[in-house]
Amino acid sequence: MLVPLWKIAHARSGDKADRADIGLFAFDAETYAVLKREVTRERLAAHFAGFQSGSVELWPLDNILAVKIVLNGALQGGAARNLRMDNLGKNVAARLLRMEIDAPADLPRLRLR
Amino acid sequence: MKTVRVGAGLGFYGDSWRPVRASIERGRVQYIASDHLSELTLAILQKDRQKDPSAGYARDGVPMLAELWPLAAKHGVKFVLNAGGLNPQGAREAIARSFADKGWKARIATVTGDSVLERIDELRGAGEALAHMDSGAEIASVRDRMLFANAYLGAQPIAEALAQGADIVLTGRVADAALTLGPLAHEFGWRWDDWDRIAAGLTLGHLLECSGQGSGGNFGSASEWAKVPDYANLGYPIAEVSEDGSALFTKPPATGGRVSFDTVRQQLLYEVHNPHAYFSPDVVLDMGTLKFEDLGGDRVRISGASGAARPKTLKIVAGYQDGWMGTGIIGFAWPEAYAKCEKSAQIIQALVKERGWKLDESNIEYLGYDSLLGSNADPTYRDQLNECFLRMTIRTQDKRIAEAYGRLFPWLALSGPPYVGSMKGVQPAKELLGIWPTLVRRELVENSIRIEVQNT
Repeated sequence: MLVPLWKIAHARSGDKADRADIGLFAFDAETYAVLKREVTRERLAAHFAGFQSGSVELWPLDNILAVKIVLNGALQGGAARNLRMDNLGKNVAARLLRMEIDAPADLPRLRLR
Repeated sequence: MKTVRVGAGLGFYGDSWRPVRASIERGRVQYIASDHLSELTLAILQKDRQKDPSAGYARDGVPMLAELWPLAAKHGVKFVLNAGGLNPQGAREAIARSFADKGWKARIATVTGDSVLERIDELRGAGEALAHMDSGAEIASVRDRMLFANAYLGAQPIAEALAQGADIVLTGRVADAALTLGPLAHEFGWRWDDWDRIAAGLTLGHLLECSGQGSGGNFGSASEWAKVPDYANLGYPIAEVSEDGSALFTKPPATGGRVSFDTVRQQLLYEVHNPHAYFSPDVVLDMGTLKFEDLGGDRVRISGASGAARPKTLKIVAGYQDGWMGTGIIGFAWPEAYAKCEKSAQIIQALVKERGWKLDESNIEYLGYDSLLGSNADPTYRDQLNECFLRMTIRTQDKRIAEAYGRLFPWLALSGPPYVGSMKGVQPAKELLGIWPTLVRRELVENSIRIEVQNT
């Protein structure tokens, strides 16, 4: 079934020059395996379509059940010339948590609800 | 077994030092590592310095030390801070004056040599292109608009200043994590090519450099953030480090916030780009081998850092003038709050067109609807909003246009759509800054580093 990431993961984002820099974290190992499979460059590019001008980079980290995501060219050249309210990209993680992925209905965090 | 306890100071210019008191009083820290410089803070400091040559340092370092020094001195706590900004000597003089007034004594070190704005031509002459790291653009395109250019120095000069007996080390631009790595390397006598230990110190410095973000602040999540206890008394994080580089990560007793596997790993990945090659002047860290063990009670054991040899280059970040931003804001109440914002945007666009203003870029956002989530905002309730604010912004090379842009908006109050709010004056033009990251052979910068230690 389709599950929004906010139900099964947490995330923080910030800026690095013209990049939005996001950490996505599973609450448990079972969910991490799903994130690793479902959160792909292609899905991310589609979710953030029109936001970033450059590539999407992605690194899974098994040791901390996390996926590191970088959106290149997402900050209009950089925080200090960015016209948007969110010039620092602090809310890009919130945008990410709205992404829906295909996940089993019996993931631990979903069973809790 | 010897341990060294380093506590977080500020996480940015303007952050609060109130929580640092708890770290000194009951956190048993020996050092406070305080980060006052974000990527572009130096642009603010450069403007200060243009007005007053004795300025150019982060002003919050002086009142912070004026308030905390008696307590720090009593507990034997030393401070390492990059509040020197563009003028560490100026910062030292201001602190020395403040201490002299009160009859306090301290040994203060300054570390300089990071600023290369005056050395751009010399570095180019030495064969450094200083091209933009990401785009490859040539520096000539921005050279005459540059406000500052500083190399990120490492932890070695900090450790050396401490070895010379400094109680307070004032630096300009250094890698944020070096503020913690310097004291650790000094205390344990780590070899600078002991890459795993240096990487461990870097990891802990990185976890401390954003103050409250390392102990439960800004915990990015749905609903979980509300379980973080007592934000008003949030304690800043503390690393209790062993000789092998492993550490217990915690916060002072009887403070708010939370140190857990979840909050600490969020900070670990904060603004690091490739986590398997996190570059610093002192080492390249691979975060993929780190181990975190949540012991409960706001304690996380951290071990397993791996480092690779430090890079042959240092990173320089320069900032240059990049046009002006004009801003207009107007808000509307129900009914049709969003539609009235949209209509107002069209009116403003017509006025801009009539004036023939040349704009490099323009931006329309609806505060209360999509200004933070952009295209990921959910449109379900868009047409039933209780209220909505229109925010329009432009980028232009002409400061007069940026000023005039904000003055287009007040007119709408009497001659536009109804139920208007937020007429709180015209937004002034704001100078925009471009960022220029580049690399330089490290010896060309390091041969100019100076450490001076003086007693107040």
